[in-house]
Amino acid sequence: MKEIIKTKNLGFDYIRRNENGEVESIARAIDGVDISIEPGEFVAVLGANGSGKSTLARHLNALLKPTEGTVWINGMDTRDEGKIWEIRRTAGMVFQNPDNQIIGQVVDEDVAFGPENLGVPAEELPGRVEESLKAAGIYEFRNSSPNNLSGGQKQRVSIAGVLAMHSSCIVLDEPTAMLDPLGRNDVIRAVRALNYVENITVILITHYMEETIYADRIYVMDGGKVAFSGTPREVYSRVEDLEKLRLTVPPVVRLSKFLRDSGLHIPADILTEDGLADAIAKEYNAGT
Amino acid sequence: MKGVVLGQYYPGDSLIHSLDPRVKIVSTFVFIISLFVVDNVPGYAVTALFLVSAVALSKVPVARLIKGLSGILVLMVFTAVFNLFLTPGEVVFSFYSLQITREGIIVTVKMLVRLVFLIMGSSLMTYTTTPSALADALESLMKPLKVVKVPVHEISMMISIALRFIPILAEEADIIIKAQKARCADFDTGSVIKRAKAMIPVLVPLFVSAFRRANDLAVAMEARCYRGGDNRTRMRPLTYCARDYRAYAVDAALLLGCILTRVIL
Repeated sequence: MKEIIKTKNLGFDYIRRNENGEVESIARAIDGVDISIEPGEFVAVLGANGSGKSTLARHLNALLKPTEGTVWINGMDTRDEGKIWEIRRTAGMVFQNPDNQIIGQVVDEDVAFGPENLGVPAEELPGRVEESLKAAGIYEFRNSSPNNLSGGQKQRVSIAGVLAMHSSCIVLDEPTAMLDPLGRNDVIRAVRALNYVENITVILITHYMEETIYADRIYVMDGGKVAFSGTPREVYSRVEDLEKLRLTVPPVVRLSKFLRDSGLHIPADILTEDGLADAIAKEYNAGT
Repeated sequence: MKGVVLGQYYPGDSLIHSLDPRVKIVSTFVFIISLFVVDNVPGYAVTALFLVSAVALSKVPVARLIKGLSGILVLMVFTAVFNLFLTPGEVVFSFYSLQITREGIIVTVKMLVRLVFLIMGSSLMTYTTTPSALADALESLMKPLKVVKVPVHEISMMISIALRFIPILAEEADIIIKAQKARCADFDTGSVIKRAKAMIPVLVPLFVSAFRRANDLAVAMEARCYRGGDNRTRMRPLTYCARDYRAYAVDAALLLGCILTRVIL
């Protein structure tokens, strides 16, 4: 199948200039990143602060242009100015701060903002908005002011805003970083549903490993490079490597590693509490 | 500060509420012009009739409208005092060097009636129209100015964004004030200058944060394909229906009536 997102040898420098426009310093944020994502995949990008994961996210929406290498979104090169709006429509983006991305004063007005910008005919808009609000599980708040919503609800409004543009791909740049645990769960559940039900490609950028459990694939980033990648099972079995990259390993993964190291036969790919309980029970029964 | 309500919108579903916001802005202007056209009792009666029926149709409690007048109480007192004492004419009452004239009384009453009607009329508009509807209507009404390169859409977009962010920034200011108070900042005592200076540690972080938010918002708008007002559609485009045309007819009748009272009587 043809990739929806592909980067080749992607590199990006943040260049600081002084008042005279002379280069003061160059900071390499991304360095030689190759990723490829197929339609319908749920891909997580995991990394600590400063690992370059947000910079990568901004390349997928043509908000940043590569210093070197190339990014293709659905076959379109992000450096092609003529395709920029089609690229942004294809790969919608949800940002970290829930307040700073909502434009409308009423929820449904905000969801309509994207399609309005695309020039979608007025008759078609209410249907799209309703559909998107329902898919993001936020339909009951359609007439509320965004100021009266919780952080998790606001993020779901932003997700609905992307859906209303009929994007085939949604890039979420640390959507849960500013939310409480309850709001985090709601957002992740909404994202999973979109991927599963609507078959929308999801790229979830995060530093919470728990949120990557349901991903098809994980890219782990460090120092602007992809340190390693694989399925959650493969990635989670490399506990030492993850901890070296200053990532917090979920308690279940840590516990199963501890048990394994102390001689129990616990498989290396256990991600959930139930899975670990089963494995321990099996081990216990085998022992008696 | 939580749940700050902007403007003074009074939710309802009356005839006035359901009018197109453009009609309400135009009607308010026509009403204000009429107030300054009329100059005799029948004229004032016509404008009063218009105002009273609009208020009755809007179902906004009269007490609310009267409460709105408290904001201009000082202005009313000044207007009254100056007109009362400084209008030359036939003296009806005097003490020491101050004189009240017959003309003075008439002018004062007229000015006060005008002021009260003006404030009531314009607050009726803000009571029955949401701020975002007003911004939309302004955009639509100012469209002809595009010919002379006035950035009409941008102005309206700025008003909408400001309306969206004022409650957020108000809440943030509240948080900063509390944070500074927790660090023993004193906002409540001392001279005016001292208190104004005490606000600096609040305003600086607030400004920094506002700029950061503006930057985030600009990026988010770009990511959502915002590229100015051209080729943009609206989910709820403003459209006139029969009642809006009838309202315009009433406006025309009001203005005509007021001119007639001035010319004939």
